[in-house]
Amino acid sequence: MDYFSEGLTKAVALLLALDPETFSAVWATASVTALALIASLLMGLPLGFALGHFHFPGRRGVRLFVDWMLSLPTVVIGLIVYAFLTARGPLGEWGLLFSVPGMALGLTLLGLPIIISMTATAVESTDSRLTQTLLSLGADRWQLLWATLTEARFAMALAAATAFGRIVSEVGIAMMVGGNIKWQTRTITTAIALETGKGEFATGIALGIVLMIVALVVNLLVGLLRGRANGSAGGHRAGGGRT
Amino acid sequence: MRKLSLNKSLALALLLAFACATTAFTATPSAAEDIKLGTTTSTADTGLLDYLEPMVLKDTGLTMRWIAVGTGKALEHGKNCDVDVLMVHAPGAEKKFIEEGNGVSRAEFMYNDFVLVGPVKDPAKIKGKGVADSLKAIAGAKAPFASRGDDSGTHKMEQNLWKVASLPVPDKDSWYIGVGQGMLATLRIAAERGAYTLTDRGTWIKYEAKDQGKSGLAILSEGDKALLNQYSIIQLAPKCTSIKHAAAKKLEAWFLSPVGQKAIASFKLEGKQLFFPNAGK
Repeated sequence: MDYFSEGLTKAVALLLALDPETFSAVWATASVTALALIASLLMGLPLGFALGHFHFPGRRGVRLFVDWMLSLPTVVIGLIVYAFLTARGPLGEWGLLFSVPGMALGLTLLGLPIIISMTATAVESTDSRLTQTLLSLGADRWQLLWATLTEARFAMALAAATAFGRIVSEVGIAMMVGGNIKWQTRTITTAIALETGKGEFATGIALGIVLMIVALVVNLLVGLLRGRANGSAGGHRAGGGRT
Repeated sequence: MRKLSLNKSLALALLLAFACATTAFTATPSAAEDIKLGTTTSTADTGLLDYLEPMVLKDTGLTMRWIAVGTGKALEHGKNCDVDVLMVHAPGAEKKFIEEGNGVSRAEFMYNDFVLVGPVKDPAKIKGKGVADSLKAIAGAKAPFASRGDDSGTHKMEQNLWKVASLPVPDKDSWYIGVGQGMLATLRIAAERGAYTLTDRGTWIKYEAKDQGKSGLAILSEGDKALLNQYSIIQLAPKCTSIKHAAAKKLEAWFLSPVGQKAIASFKLEGKQLFFPNAGK
């Protein structure tokens, strides 16, 4: 318990003193997470929607593949991305190894299957009831698409929150591809790994608390957005029977 | 209206995130030249590089950016031209690295040493013995021995010591614990299991300062010549066309210079000198 109480005090001290190393790690974590999450969403939402909405040959195979990719160990993703980004790898010229965009690339591979899979499930579960109702009301294709999207948006937000949680707390990819370089690619999680390796358990716990605070702030912001969207939509969907 | 406001706030959030992400890259000023140093956890974890960083910057204009990993991985980074220069401590592997055409030169510049630690009760009775005799006694008594088992410099040193003691490197023996983690983790496991282990002195000093003898581990064999741990700087092969060869030479020159050598000697951990400069010896 000593570690925990010491860690808690230390976390507060680090934050109040605006410790530059801690804030550099927070910054690296924030930027790498933002980049990876945006990339995952930009690719994952349309792909997930397509997978959930359209019926095409091989769909079940694709679905199986995406769900399978959810189990890909992050260390393996790290190794694969390293193999591509190393100076002698196929993408070596891009100079992305040991950089923030390089880490974001790896973390996108982690977030993408989550977004695709959860979006597809969300769209699938709204589709059957909604489509028939809308068609019987005389909706055209685009209206149908839009309605499905709005109907599934909370489930998509959940997908985004899940992917955020996985990306922000990831350490294997960040270590392997980022290299844990001080002031550059040292994220909160790789800093925790470093402090643990040094035997500074309390500092590790302090950084863990810092990470949780950052995550809480993000979740609160998202909650605020959701609340507002919900509030303005409330009157309209009072009889929607959302569960 | 309702759709619009949702879209707007979403767009705003995305924009904000983008802004954050992009400023993160542009905001780091870099007047000095960065040099990527592939090194081992021991130089980083002890704080040596943090201590030397401002001096290197002042004298050479180079900002050291180190990637601290196990020696095996560091050499792999060097082989793949992912770093500008290497600072490692596994002479055997380093020579092979150069023979295979991955590096062009190897300059020894400092050393520290390893110690054999174990339970104070010393079931294998190794206290005061040389390292070869100690290992023979441990193997003979089948006393638990915790090995790094991670292909690190320390692990390579340990494997070599078994050979020095003319014993086969233990592997599946029940008393031989392959930890596969860093030195501190290995020390903790050794303490929990009452095992012997080989550690670099730096990690031991830190461990001991924190632990204050509570774990019941103590140094049982030290000072043997075979326990010296030589660090060198390796210049990578010309096949690495994209790396900073000139900066790498400049950095090496600093570490070999009287100024650099003195700086290394002045680094203290818990009040004790840890690294001993020996360039050109």
